[in-house]
Amino acid sequence: MSFLDLKNVTKIYPNGTKAVHETSLSIDEGEFMVFVGPSGCGKSTLLRMVAGLEDITEGDISLDGKLINQVDPSERDVAMVFQNYALYPHMNVYNNLAYGLKNRGIDKETIEQKVNDAAKLLQISDFLQRKPSMLSGGQRQRVAMGRAIVRNPKIFLFDEPLSNLDAKLRIQMRLEIKKLQQKVGVTSIFVTHDQVEAMTLADRLAVINNGIIEQLGTPIEIYDNPKSLFVAGFIGSPQMNFLDGNIKNKTLSAEGFEIKDIQSDFNGDVILGIRPEHLSQTENGLINLKVDLVEQLGSDNLVYGQLKDKKDFCYRCPGNQTIEKGSNLSLNIENNKYYIFDKSTGKRVN
Amino acid sequence: MTRLFTSSFSHIILFIGISIMVVPVWMIFASSTHTSSFIYSHGLQFFIGDSFHENYLRVLLYQGGFFKEITALKMFFNSFIMATGVALLSVFTSLMAAYALVYYRTKYATFLFWLIFVTILVPLELRIFPTYSVMAKLNLVNSYFGLIVPISASAIATLFFRQFYRTVPDELLESAKLDGANTWRFFIDFLVPLSKTMIIAMFIFMFVFGYNQYLWPLLVTSSEQYWTVVMGLKMMSGSIVHRFAFVMMSMVPPVLIIIILQKHFIKGVFQDK
Repeated sequence: MSFLDLKNVTKIYPNGTKAVHETSLSIDEGEFMVFVGPSGCGKSTLLRMVAGLEDITEGDISLDGKLINQVDPSERDVAMVFQNYALYPHMNVYNNLAYGLKNRGIDKETIEQKVNDAAKLLQISDFLQRKPSMLSGGQRQRVAMGRAIVRNPKIFLFDEPLSNLDAKLRIQMRLEIKKLQQKVGVTSIFVTHDQVEAMTLADRLAVINNGIIEQLGTPIEIYDNPKSLFVAGFIGSPQMNFLDGNIKNKTLSAEGFEIKDIQSDFNGDVILGIRPEHLSQTENGLINLKVDLVEQLGSDNLVYGQLKDKKDFCYRCPGNQTIEKGSNLSLNIENNKYYIFDKSTGKRVN
Repeated sequence: MTRLFTSSFSHIILFIGISIMVVPVWMIFASSTHTSSFIYSHGLQFFIGDSFHENYLRVLLYQGGFFKEITALKMFFNSFIMATGVALLSVFTSLMAAYALVYYRTKYATFLFWLIFVTILVPLELRIFPTYSVMAKLNLVNSYFGLIVPISASAIATLFFRQFYRTVPDELLESAKLDGANTWRFFIDFLVPLSKTMIIAMFIFMFVFGYNQYLWPLLVTSSEQYWTVVMGLKMMSGSIVHRFAFVMMSMVPPVLIIIILQKHFIKGVFQDK
């Protein structure tokens, strides 16, 4: 039995909206799990059900071998970092950290010890006497994490905690969260809509769409082997190119080109997915791209253009190549790295 | 040049406004420090006389009323008890009512709130006889309890607290819950300190409201022992300087409360921002 177990968990709101559909999931002790998906997909609801802030309509959640469906949030021994940090504005940083411990009836010396340890770990020892309003965004973020750490909970829950920070700080805090989690070793669930955040943080990733876990796996598994059109489109930046096509007798025909001997017995309308980074320039390649725009990122160039039938297409090449606007490129798919999805169901077929 | 003109112009207007408000009060004070024969012969005075001690002490300790049972000192005491009681009790009840209305998501919370709110449209004077009859049946006539309780539920204070609580983000409650705070702790540890500024503002407001009550104390007390300052203003007999002295003193408690609490009030406002 794993550490956190969700069995057929369903959430239906009183107005009839079904936010989470019969979701089952196991998380091991010490694991860093990330829920990623577009906004409104039910990922936060799922997290809040684990925290006990939302009632569970159906199904069971058990933590450390104990069913917690009916357990009050304060008794669950979970700690949560909120999107807006939810620091206590009228308490100084020390009391923000100490509040949860005080409520558990821990004696003063132990509280002081724990708060000081956590403050040291997060480098906020200098601000202990300040009020949250006197801190910067990154410092507030640290305090919010400190509040979770001092309690030494069974599980950390992060609800999009980085979305209020500016881009640079977000990358820095992302790194710190990952380091911290490895250091402390507490089981964590992190909710985000940012796929880069998800990829970099996760031990395992759950891609959620419309209240259903579309795919569960390590970031690389999901990147290399997306099982559905949604996952393929959501993970990876820039987004995977999708082209309409048709398979007949192991031959895929798309706009202007054919791929023979594909690894699929499927026949019918499909969508072909090709990642921008899985292409290379050759003579007489499969795909002809008329370049509209080049985004030079330094290390890479993102080349945007159109195929024969005006379909938008993106190609990623190393930054040292010069590509002229308006030129025609001939591209091949590297190592047969393409993905074929059933057009009607969105399921992967190769 | 124009700037100098506008700024001195606005200063003149302010000065006139302040004069209109302050001069009459000052003249009553100045006049209250003379002997009454001097006032009768020379009219209201602008400068202070030398009977301050004599007049004020006499007013404070003079046994007044029909039965000569009540002194001004006792009236001040009564008014203070009444105003403090009304202020404390109404702040307390409004805090609790607003908490229940906002955080206990009962189906009819909004309806209940509006039910409380429409009581603003029903003035005390309209319900004064039924209220009196209730107090009489409970045997609470001629008691501090009877003076305070019937006017200690404030719909306006409830409205203010409710609106404030609605601006408190839900995450704060959720975070507190995860930190092990129960409903009661959340109220004491979060909502009360967060609404400190508003509590003080409401306290001042309700203190002055309680202090200024006239009709209700008049009705619910028959014993002179429970007379309040505002009742005393009407009942006072005696010479004109003594009445002036009493009027002056009657202004002191509310002004004092505002001066003392205003410091905290302003501090609170700046700390929260």
